[in-house]
Amino acid sequence: MAVPILKQGPFLIASIQAALTDTDVVRLQEDIMRQVGRFRSRGIVVDVTSLDVMDSFVSRSLRGIAHMTRLRGAETVIVGIQPEVAFAMVQLGMNFEDVHTALDLEEGLAFLQEKLTGEPGGGAG
Amino acid sequence: MPDSVHVAIASDSDVVTARQIAREMGGDLGFSSTDLTLLATAISEVARNITTYAGTGEVALRVLRDRGREGIEVLASDDGPGIEDVELALQDGYTTGNGLGLGLPGARRLVDEFDLETRPGEGTRVRLVKWRV
Repeated sequence: MAVPILKQGPFLIASIQAALTDTDVVRLQEDIMRQVGRFRSRGIVVDVTSLDVMDSFVSRSLRGIAHMTRLRGAETVIVGIQPEVAFAMVQLGMNFEDVHTALDLEEGLAFLQEKLTGEPGGGAG
Repeated sequence: MPDSVHVAIASDSDVVTARQIAREMGGDLGFSSTDLTLLATAISEVARNITTYAGTGEVALRVLRDRGREGIEVLASDDGPGIEDVELALQDGYTTGNGLGLGLPGARRLVDEFDLETRPGEGTRVRLVKWRV
């Protein structure tokens, strides 16, 4: 199932809705890269709240999205990693250190806003 | 959920099916949500190895009952090329594909029991067990 990508001002929001197959992940990578160019986006939020598994392939692909978009001048932040999923990723040995993460969509957008303007974005409130 | 389910693995959506069935089985047994996630992630790794290296294979899931303990056994098997150097394949970061080399060593860390049987040209069988805490 394709992941919907919404444009919100200078940012893109990709909300993963269901279990992702590898094909879906690769397609998401391509879609985001295309839309970053099309909308001249400065930041991307990838919301993984509904993912119950982030195995090495998905993790690697999300990290790939972060690296590729950065090369295009846009920062990516991954939001909503569930506590159990975080636990499994650490056990798995997944290195996510060079990827921005935030608790949820709101925090993620605030982070991007801050990056963009150099001022704290509208977080909670 | 029955006590034993075989999932044919031929595509990436079968990988998702296998881990979802394991989640349901584990849920029925009263696994914690963390353990369900660890098991589902481990299955994802070994099932993906099937699609990546062998093309097709099978994941057999079975409920184990042993002196009051309950767990889930996962048998991932294929008739693919097998693994040349098992020790190397179990090392973090080693891969002959284009992944991160976390699949087998990572899966091993996520479960309670891990056995690997393979011979070059004769396929691979990985057995995982996760017990309910």
